[in-house]
Amino acid sequence: MLVNNFLENSARMYPDKTALITPEGRFTYREVESLSNKIAHSLLAEGLEKGERIAIFMENSVDAVISLFGVLKAGGIFIMVNPTTKAEKLTYILNNCRASVLISSKSRYSVIKEVMSDVPSVNVVYLAGDVIREEISKKSYSLLEILSGNNGHQPHSRSIDIDLATIIYTSGSTGNPKGVMMTHFNMVSAADSITEYLKNTPDDIILNVLPLSFDYGLYQVLMGFKMGATVILEKTFLYPYKVIDTILKENVTGFPIVPTISAILLQMEDVRKLDLSHLRYISNTAAALPPVHIQKLREFFPKTKIYSMYGLTECKRVSYLPPDQLDVRPASVGKAMPNTEVYIVDEEGKKVGPGIVGELVVRGASVMRGYWEMPEETAQKLKPGQYPGEMLLYTGDLFKMDEEGYLYFVARQDDIIKSRGEKVSPKEVENILYEIDGVIEAAVTGVHDDVLGEAIKAYIVLKVGSDLTEKDILRFCSRHLEDFMVPKYVEFRKELPKTSTGKISKRGLL
Amino acid sequence: MRDDIRRFIFENFLFGEPDDSLGDKDSFLEKGVIDSTGVLELVAFLEESFGLKVEDAELIPENLDSVNSLVNFIERKKVGSSAGQ
Repeated sequence: MLVNNFLENSARMYPDKTALITPEGRFTYREVESLSNKIAHSLLAEGLEKGERIAIFMENSVDAVISLFGVLKAGGIFIMVNPTTKAEKLTYILNNCRASVLISSKSRYSVIKEVMSDVPSVNVVYLAGDVIREEISKKSYSLLEILSGNNGHQPHSRSIDIDLATIIYTSGSTGNPKGVMMTHFNMVSAADSITEYLKNTPDDIILNVLPLSFDYGLYQVLMGFKMGATVILEKTFLYPYKVIDTILKENVTGFPIVPTISAILLQMEDVRKLDLSHLRYISNTAAALPPVHIQKLREFFPKTKIYSMYGLTECKRVSYLPPDQLDVRPASVGKAMPNTEVYIVDEEGKKVGPGIVGELVVRGASVMRGYWEMPEETAQKLKPGQYPGEMLLYTGDLFKMDEEGYLYFVARQDDIIKSRGEKVSPKEVENILYEIDGVIEAAVTGVHDDVLGEAIKAYIVLKVGSDLTEKDILRFCSRHLEDFMVPKYVEFRKELPKTSTGKISKRGLL
Repeated sequence: MRDDIRRFIFENFLFGEPDDSLGDKDSFLEKGVIDSTGVLELVAFLEESFGLKVEDAELIPENLDSVNSLVNFIERKKVGSSAGQ
């Protein structure tokens, strides 16, 4: 089974059913299949070799969805790049995976123009929307023209399920993003397990407001298509009532959220008065829901099952708490999902019993193949398992288990910040801060925030005589970092506390 | 009013970018000016500065997604409240 088979099978089973609803319109399975095939044929005509990397840099849209399926159908590996990514990081990602093709849109045009001369591997650019492509120094196509062609038949497949389907970039504590390699088999296995415990059916209507560069958002499309369900894609979760309105009008049955979304939704007291009984489930991951949110979500959505889940990009998902356990153990993220095993080990790698804190280890079919061309980082996370060739994922997250085997998250071992459910590497933000003329020292930490989970705070020491203001710092950051990485707070200090070895002591900052 | 709105947006979301970086018709969503917590800050600003109460059902892009839509929204709200008095 390949990831693109999800779409192909559903297009055969339910050709006239609505597969996708986006701001651009409604699309049946037949249409999504045909549009994806056209992109695949165009890539094949360009001479795309099996396993070439193709970056997709656009907002949630029908074009993003057909692009990723088109890449898979042509035997390529897709990389979804967060649409708020700035030039430096886009350059890093394109060069790191040596992408040969970039698919993007008019709204990203200024960033694309900026990076073109620095990404030698990119041969071809496809652009959605009405764009004057002459300014791009590479061979380019209008996606619109490709899609108006008539070769919508399914191309012959060249991939097998141990081929890579995607590389997902995730923040690392060294500051350089790491590319998580996922095979078709990894992704199909994860989608099988998740749709099993969420009890998804072809009747589901899933509302996704998360970016497709976030695996949690991406899987909504993959799992919806696997089931032959309907997926609604919003560009962002920006205007909360619009989301409620969509849930009402489209009879949404599944709504994946992160804690920041619940914090905002729960401020709208009027939601209590609405009949949202058709909403079958809300799922939460990326960070734990505070108990007070759980309580309020139950009041707002009394008929809706709430799934607390835990996972990391390196294996997609680890565990889920069956909704009937939410009142019994609200702080737990449950047990391993189907077809996955977990246990907790001490510092010597020995399994520990209930109540003892240790590192969570994951065994299963969804564990990644490693980080793209980063053998050292890979060796830290993947270690040999029970059988020859088997690799276990050492999550780096500290957990404990209760007597009945339910998991509780305790802490991270690294200093990664989780803000709005997204991972932020303090080092990556600090590197940008050090680029500002006038900044001589910088340290970034996460501070508690009711809406964001953690808010990013930057401590900065300025050069004597520098007149930089907080606004100058934030402006620089917002020009060079994805939106979710821009600090919320900036504090200027005369000096930063140091450890005995002269390193900045983040503990000393608090 | 328009100037107050623009000042607020530039101070809080654009951190003093040049004035021509955002047109009055430009969509905050399309331009990536604002995020979901920014919308809450924007609403708090509207309620404080213009003395209105923004209802939950008004948290939609038609009311809030550009400088122009904000100006129109505030004007509609003001007419509505004085008519009710």
